Amino acid sequence: MAHAPPYPLMIGPIHPALKEPTMFKFTMEGERVLDVDIQPGFNHRGVEYLGMKRNPLQVLHLAERVCGICSGAHQYVFCRAVEHAANITPSVRGDYLRVLVAELERIHSHLLWAGVAGHELGFDSILHYTWKVREDVQDILEIICGNRVNYSYYIFGGVRRDVTPEQVEKARKIFAKYRKLEDTILDIFLTDPTISHRVQDVGVLTKENALKLSACGPLTRGAGVKKDVRFSWPYGSYGDMMDDFKVVTPESLGYKATGDIFSQVVVRLVELFEAIRMCEWVLDNLPSGPITSEPNLSALLMAKLRMAEGEGVARVEAPRGEDIHYVRLKKNKMELDSWKIRVPTYGNIMSWLTMFKDAQIADIPIIIASIDPCIGCMDRVTLVDSGTGRERDVDWAVLHDLSVKRSRGLMP
Amino acid sequence: MKLNKAFDKSLWVFHVNAASCNGCDIEIVAALTPRYDVERFGIKLVGTPRHADVLLVTGPVNRQMADRVRRIYEQTPGPKAVLLCGNCGATSGVYYDSYCIEGPFDEFIKKVDPNAIIVYVPGCPVRPEAITMGVVEAWKQLEVLRGEAK
Repeated sequence: MAHAPPYPLMIGPIHPALKEPTMFKFTMEGERVLDVDIQPGFNHRGVEYLGMKRNPLQVLHLAERVCGICSGAHQYVFCRAVEHAANITPSVRGDYLRVLVAELERIHSHLLWAGVAGHELGFDSILHYTWKVREDVQDILEIICGNRVNYSYYIFGGVRRDVTPEQVEKARKIFAKYRKLEDTILDIFLTDPTISHRVQDVGVLTKENALKLSACGPLTRGAGVKKDVRFSWPYGSYGDMMDDFKVVTPESLGYKATGDIFSQVVVRLVELFEAIRMCEWVLDNLPSGPITSEPNLSALLMAKLRMAEGEGVARVEAPRGEDIHYVRLKKNKMELDSWKIRVPTYGNIMSWLTMFKDAQIADIPIIIASIDPCIGCMDRVTLVDSGTGRERDVDWAVLHDLSVKRSRGLMP
Repeated sequence: MKLNKAFDKSLWVFHVNAASCNGCDIEIVAALTPRYDVERFGIKLVGTPRHADVLLVTGPVNRQMADRVRRIYEQTPGPKAVLLCGNCGATSGVYYDSYCIEGPFDEFIKKVDPNAIIVYVPGCPVRPEAITMGVVEAWKQLEVLRGEAK
């Protein structure tokens, strides 16, 4: 060879192992990963900027197109942030129905992840099996919301559509079907030697690193950190469900929380079936009443949202982790004054740095897939110097410097 | 669909995510998996544009991806067709007035290749049934092209 190790290895932005455009620069020694540099930004669409050109009702539809997989979660958290800013209290039945759709989305997202993980391991039978199973939950979502992927179900003050007894009956049949499949699915993923050999002790994220790198979602719960917004900061109907449900960690099924990919498989599968039980719980305990506290949309828009002044922050546990939206509304201004989205993948990508250490080339796809990355959510902004066209990094020192300068500017 | 003399191979598709929101992408995978199962027609997702007959393009084209998408289009051997999944490819969808969007894919690719065959599959996101129909439409157009070439 002409060159001595270490060797660079580029993966992305378009690569068969990646479903979305992002770029990895690996430094390799033979088959072993020494270091990795992640270069996101290929999927930037300027969503936050677009939000500042549209009124909140229009942004609802933009919010769910932040990401097609967790579209419901983004719409939910945006609704809650605007409700916080404009002092709107959602109706009780609306709150319960919101949780129903959020949990249905978790079922579809975790099944999707299980299939993709199987595909990345070269186990395509699993991809086809889980996606076949997933079509049933897509059917429920379509029956309840009217669309398979972008549901448009949430609105300020509640939800758009009520569930009818026939829909509930159909949904219950499918839940029963899923509960029958529970043992089969757990058996496939947890006892099959092909899967366990590939995922045990691979891509380890230790508890210390999970806390240090502010990871969120099933990734941290796999490492044994009990971090779940649904339980630590209850919203919707989760407050009423605290007695019946607990935060899921690998210990829920008697496994040790080692933080490897196997732990994440356990967490996601247990959460999947917990989500089915949560849906059934919501249908059992659904209170009567109006589905929304703001039935008149033009009054809501012209009177409440236009006259609202203030900031709103909300958090929701999306299937991938904690999703935070920040919204600022100004009086007599239709458009959002400011909108900031912090998606779960943004908190999780830093974990890749430690998970890739000493991994093999063949494990790269499954480690990438293991955190369930959603680059479409994540690519918010890259700083580019418009004069030279050069990108620049902003580190802690620069940020601190900027902050100090700004404080000085404010002081007389 | 009438199979003409030129029909001699199944279609292989390459999926290009040109800054999509993932909605169409998961529906493409849904179309490939058992409920809709386009693989039974020999339609297969391949790992490189050099093996592909059809490019499945999702999303609007943003500045970062524009050059990459153009190169992928040029690497695909002809005769080829582009299947635009979703509204974004035709109109840039909800992102139409964003600062980082190069424009809808059809306008963008017409600048690269004025004779590009483009099949539109609208929807936000597209339904798997619509993708299947779009592939059949692309198939017909490619058959005509191949017939002329022979």
